[in-house]
Amino acid sequence: MRLAILLLLSLFTFAASTEVIESPGAIKGAEVVAFSDESLRPRYHQLLQELRCPKCQNQNLADSNSPISQDLRREIQRMLEEQMTDKQIKDYLKSRYSEFILYRPEVNKNTWLLWGSPVLVVLLGLLILLRHNRQPKPSANKEVPTANKEVPKVNKESPSNTSDQQRLAELLGDKENQQ
Amino acid sequence: MNRLALFIPLALFVGLSLVLLLGLDKDPTELPSALVGEAFPVFNLPSLKDKQNVVTEQDFNGEVVLVNVWATWCFACRIEHPMLNKLSEQGVKIIGLNYKDQRAGALAWLVERGDPYQFNIFDAKGSLGIDLGVYGAPETYLVDADGIIRHRRVGVVDDRVWESEFRAIYEQITGVEQ
Repeated sequence: MRLAILLLLSLFTFAASTEVIESPGAIKGAEVVAFSDESLRPRYHQLLQELRCPKCQNQNLADSNSPISQDLRREIQRMLEEQMTDKQIKDYLKSRYSEFILYRPEVNKNTWLLWGSPVLVVLLGLLILLRHNRQPKPSANKEVPTANKEVPKVNKESPSNTSDQQRLAELLGDKENQQ
Repeated sequence: MNRLALFIPLALFVGLSLVLLLGLDKDPTELPSALVGEAFPVFNLPSLKDKQNVVTEQDFNGEVVLVNVWATWCFACRIEHPMLNKLSEQGVKIIGLNYKDQRAGALAWLVERGDPYQFNIFDAKGSLGIDLGVYGAPETYLVDADGIIRHRRVGVVDDRVWESEFRAIYEQITGVEQ
């Protein structure tokens, strides 16, 4: 049951995190963009969602209406028409505006902790959960064996008791016979 | 041992407070520059004063210059302009990059407020701006004699900024006490 809840929660967080990037938000800087090849359009929108406006810091290029975003949108369109790959386009912008412009930062020595922290937190959570679950179990285990041990003890004692009683009866019987 | 464990939440709280306190001093609008230590981008653009005249990065090769990004629509540039005039009088060579501006307005600005520039690059579409990673005006780049960008300032250069950010590097690469 606990595992199920944990899985469900992690599913929700993953769903939320992907939604931020992939939501097909309306392009506010509503220029009419014409592509020679319509297959470029989905890539264009995907790039605008993932790239950050350098001026208006908490908007992506799709949301922002600032002049610099308009220029960068035009620039991205130009690069797509020139058959550049998504990686080449991102590298082009990164070399000018630094890694800041990537809303999905690359894994490197500055960002490994950022990328790794969800995994670390989940592992930490699992560790705490395991330790928490393990603690009551040993005490429960102890109770059962002691109960089990006590029963044979009684059984063991009772034969000794009967033999004792037999001896007592014999002794008494001897006494009774003597009398 | 258990007693000490009671202080863990307090220690965590103090640690977090310190991290947040340090964060307060940081300016989130200041981007790390990708171009410091790199060569000034290659360009080929008309000059502001004469549209027939094409200027390139070769025009200031071999000299230590400031490249100042400005525009008439940029309010902070008005505040910065007297400082540029002053630096120019002190012998600092300044190249203007007139960024996404109207030619007539820009020329009138220089007549009205003084012209501290050796010459001006007229970048109407902002193409050199994109190559430099400009995201607002004013911006100022210190370029050495080899054409390498040594420092970048996003925002106004005033006396305080010159003293704290530019002066030491400028004196070091020119060898001139300023």
